[in-house]
Amino acid sequence: MTNVLAVADHRRGELRDVSYELITAGRQLADETGGELHVAVISGTVDEFADKLNREGVDAVHTVDYGEEFNHDVYAQVLTQLYDEHAPQYVVAPNSVNGLDYAPAVANALNLPIVTDTVDLESDGDTLVATREMYGGKVETTTELEGTVVATIRGGEWPAAEGTGDAAIEAFDAEIDEDAVGSTVTGFEEVGGGDVDISEADVLVSVGRGIEEEENLEIIRDLADALDATVSSSRPIVDSGWLPKNRQVGQSGKVVTPDVYIAIGISGAVQHVAGMKGSDTIVAINTDPNAPIMDIADYAIHDDLFDVVPALTEEFQ
Amino acid sequence: MKILVTVKEVSTVEDEFEIEGTSIAEQYLGADLNEWDDYAVEEAVQLQEAGIADEVVTVTIGPEDCEQTIRQALAKGADRAVRVWDDSLEGVDLLDVGAKTEILRAVVEAEDPDLVLTGVQSGDDSWGATGVSLAEELGFEWAAVVNHLEHDFEDDRAAVRRELEGGVEELTEIELPAALTIQTGINEPRYASLRGIRQAQRKELDVQTLADLGVDESAIEGDVTLTDMYEPESESDVTVWEGSAEETAAELGELLREKGVAP
Repeated sequence: MTNVLAVADHRRGELRDVSYELITAGRQLADETGGELHVAVISGTVDEFADKLNREGVDAVHTVDYGEEFNHDVYAQVLTQLYDEHAPQYVVAPNSVNGLDYAPAVANALNLPIVTDTVDLESDGDTLVATREMYGGKVETTTELEGTVVATIRGGEWPAAEGTGDAAIEAFDAEIDEDAVGSTVTGFEEVGGGDVDISEADVLVSVGRGIEEEENLEIIRDLADALDATVSSSRPIVDSGWLPKNRQVGQSGKVVTPDVYIAIGISGAVQHVAGMKGSDTIVAINTDPNAPIMDIADYAIHDDLFDVVPALTEEFQ
Repeated sequence: MKILVTVKEVSTVEDEFEIEGTSIAEQYLGADLNEWDDYAVEEAVQLQEAGIADEVVTVTIGPEDCEQTIRQALAKGADRAVRVWDDSLEGVDLLDVGAKTEILRAVVEAEDPDLVLTGVQSGDDSWGATGVSLAEELGFEWAAVVNHLEHDFEDDRAAVRRELEGGVEELTEIELPAALTIQTGINEPRYASLRGIRQAQRKELDVQTLADLGVDESAIEGDVTLTDMYEPESESDVTVWEGSAEETAAELGELLREKGVAP
């Protein structure tokens, strides 16, 4: 009996870390429901991927050798067919940009409920208790779903599965209806580039929405100059066009690991935290003591950045 | 071309708040146009200004209170709005993806747009799944997390960029009709002009019930039950520096010198 079907994530020839985290989450659910964990890997060099996915706790890997890169129409077709054949109770997918491009369609096609961006999952065999955040991480919630469910998991919340398993690796003979494939991936492009590589910096002075106006960036630049540091930012600053894309820290930007990360007026949305949590020392300057950034900060100043930043600049001038 | 944009009024939460049961106490909540939907509205209005879209219609699931938010979208240039509400929706504390899909499907079928634009997610419950679920339900093509849309629609295809993780973008072409979930940063949403705000008051805002749309009430019962809400436990032992700005800045200055990263 297949209890859990986990869907691996890969891009441009590489499995993404969340694929191994999915195995951990999936194995736990399979243990709780007393069944097997199957993993699906679709498109790309599937045999090579299958060897890597054969980690401890995996009972079977289903490979679908079709196309090089992710295509949501192909994923949706394959997953509904795998579901029909193996009838898993839980389908777990990554809450990645690609996961969100097929998992809701699969859930809807199969008439199953979906719960997204989960940070914890527990099942007693009938009821799935999914933990997720709301209001940009200000609160955590538990939600309950009965029966068969599609769930997406947030990256970095489960440890990566390790070891080598003895999974059966089986090619799944999916029938792809070409006429129903209405999307085509035509290429990839690295964005940002440019003059500065923030992932190389020892000290980042990073600015968020709290800066309010573009003109106010001047005090951030002054501080960076005084510290001989590099300026980076959270997403809204780049969205507003105040800093170029290559300065953006986060899931859709750069991952940084400086010695010191000074988060100024940054609330700490999960997408941002994903890009900077590996920093050696994190300092947060924010008026809101409950901002999610405080959960990962080592040092904090709960005060107005417009007072603190100039005072700090003065220290070093 | 006709474009339908989903517009949600989201709850915003003050810095300090209290939780009552499975929701945040009313007095700490505000309301705003969902940030991601604001970009979707802007993209639609730009398509109209470029002479590509003939009509931009918004659809909102929400009570009468949210008409102010809908007027914001109208003031930015949408032509008219549909609001769906029903007494049966009043007591629902979590409208799940399946329920939203059912309601929006009925509106799309009635409006028959070529393009549906939704925000990638909503700022309050952040499911991030409704746009793609809706597309599947309609038999539309789709693309999730779009941060660039070519405006020429050659051969009835939409050429988009999808923003993947880690500074990589995927170039994708999809057939119309389609639903796109719009990421922030795709454009720069405008502020409503005074003239726009005045005009918005006169634009059509049509209210529909589930019965009007032919949606069975059972569709909104949903499969997801919210059972608990709490403030997440802090994982770090954060050292909070207190005092005047000069004092806290001096503490931070000392740390930076200790770490050897500042002069």
